[in-house]
Amino acid sequence: MRYALRRLGFFVVTLWVALTLNFLLPRLMPGNPALAMLTKFRDLSATPQTLHALEILFGVNSQQSLLSQYGSYLGHILTGNLGISLSEYPTPVTTVIGSAIWWTLGLVGVATILAFILGTGLGIVSAWRRGSKLDSIVPPTFVITSAIPYFWVAMVLVLIFGLTLHWFPSQGGYYVTTDTPGLNFTFFQDVINHAFLPAVSLLITTIGTWILTMRNTMITTLAEDYVRMARAKGLPGRRIMFDYAARNAILPNLTGFAMSLGFVVSGAILIEYVFNYPGVGYMLLQAVSGEDYPLMQGLFLLITVAVLFAILVADLLTALLDPRTRTAR
Amino acid sequence: MAMPVSGVPTETVGGPRQWGGSAQLPAGRAFARVGRAVRSNRKATIGTILLVIFILIALFPWVIARDSPTQDAYTPQLGISTAHLLGTNHYGQDLFSQLVWGTRNVLIIAFAVGLAATGIAVLIGIAAAYLGGIWDNSLNVLTDVLLVIPLFPLLIIIAAYARGGTTLVLITAITLTSWSYTARQLRSQALTLRDRDFLEAARVRGERKLYIIVVEVIPTMTSLIVASFLTNALYAVLFASSLQFIGLGDPNTVSWGTTLYWAQNNAALQTGEPLWAIAPGACIAVLGAGFALLNYAFDEIGNPALRPVRKVRQMKGTEQRV
Repeated sequence: MRYALRRLGFFVVTLWVALTLNFLLPRLMPGNPALAMLTKFRDLSATPQTLHALEILFGVNSQQSLLSQYGSYLGHILTGNLGISLSEYPTPVTTVIGSAIWWTLGLVGVATILAFILGTGLGIVSAWRRGSKLDSIVPPTFVITSAIPYFWVAMVLVLIFGLTLHWFPSQGGYYVTTDTPGLNFTFFQDVINHAFLPAVSLLITTIGTWILTMRNTMITTLAEDYVRMARAKGLPGRRIMFDYAARNAILPNLTGFAMSLGFVVSGAILIEYVFNYPGVGYMLLQAVSGEDYPLMQGLFLLITVAVLFAILVADLLTALLDPRTRTAR
Repeated sequence: MAMPVSGVPTETVGGPRQWGGSAQLPAGRAFARVGRAVRSNRKATIGTILLVIFILIALFPWVIARDSPTQDAYTPQLGISTAHLLGTNHYGQDLFSQLVWGTRNVLIIAFAVGLAATGIAVLIGIAAAYLGGIWDNSLNVLTDVLLVIPLFPLLIIIAAYARGGTTLVLITAITLTSWSYTARQLRSQALTLRDRDFLEAARVRGERKLYIIVVEVIPTMTSLIVASFLTNALYAVLFASSLQFIGLGDPNTVSWGTTLYWAQNNAALQTGEPLWAIAPGACIAVLGAGFALLNYAFDEIGNPALRPVRKVRQMKGTEQRV
């Protein structure tokens, strides 16, 4: 319980840091870049309230002290007011984000779960068959793939399977011209087809981490006395591998899973960019190039909260599965 | 510039007596073991060769690429030929030359960030472990917070407010955000050292804390510090190239990421100029692989449990990397 509370406390602190960074960054930059953006809003004849809210968000033209600006900023954010999007004026940022979030959740969710299962499995087998052919090929291969830029994998896949072989579409989330979104089989099939290459790119670039961390913890676990004991008892190998070693070695991998979510997210941003996939990553880059700072900030907050939340869940899950963490410290 | 990864293998670890956590070993034996390990480790050898090649290219690009990387001097969209090894792009620039000259920018960023971020990580990691108490707690929170905030979106935001990142902006932003992972590893190892006898002896001798940290603690952690440098350099290569690729770098610098940006801008893949986009990406991948292989090899050397089977030996006090 204490452990859970500590993790919850950490979640709150980190969230606060992210919010504060979001608040400080535009104010710290020389010649507040948000000024130019506000002029564009004025040209769109935004209402005085909208302008005022934006001024608070970015600290422009404000007579308030920094501290009271900070107060009203936090107030706005915590009540879910992220401002108005510039590129989609006058739609609120939250609505704009809502249209993109499902694409990313589906893509990243499925790819990450697959990568975790496959990677952990390969890691277990690779450690168990130490020195076998599999073990001499798999780890070095994935050391190398972990260094390959995400977007490059995406580009190669686009080139081979999208443009040369024409097996899969390589742009967008569905055929915008011929297909209308809805709950029918053709649309569903269309979405899967479009998501295939981005998902494979994400899988290839993230699976290495799971394999390597799982293999390395598994090797340490295999040297433990209770594993030797199980061997001495003459238990079947499969049982030792899964019930004794993997079961204990998987916990650090779970924590690692949470930790590397940040990387999965950054990978997803670049992959969405290459595929023009209509998710939050692509939207973030659109917002940056269109100097739509409210949308950009909103997306950063959303991504951060999502990652932090996933880490919190993984932490609590670890506490549930591993009695040692509950009593530790 | 001191480049710990490119030198003669025996120099990479800083000196004899100081091999990661195995201070009990006699000087000569530890020294010989490290040299042997780096040379006999195929991953380390390949990684070193790759890095040396790239460093030489960055130092002397004109030796292999005579053409200007920026001049629109040739017929656009030429194919592969002896005059243009990788053809020319949409603007009539020689692609091979662009890649060769672009090596310098990416290596400058890699080494600058590698050194600076590792410096911060050493400082914070060891200070936290050695000073303990409230220092440890507050530095830990700082490290953990940075560790879980998704860095790439954060870097995007920073670069966006900075209105595009010059090389200096990229170096600063990546350094300030990416030291936390290695700081954490260094702290864990420093913690295992804290109560060792040789440090106790130094304390009893009445040495100052700074002296103990610099002269006694840091040298015993050389292997992990080199590994930290490699990790940070790898992050820097990937982050900086990615930022340049999405147009948040300075579009006029000659670098692999910028080449990729222009390729993407001109839809190089779709318009039949795939090499324009694929080749710089491949360069990033190969350089990254060089750093990653060396790093993994250092992991194996520093943590004997991970070594190929025939060499496994149980040793206490080696660091655990999770």
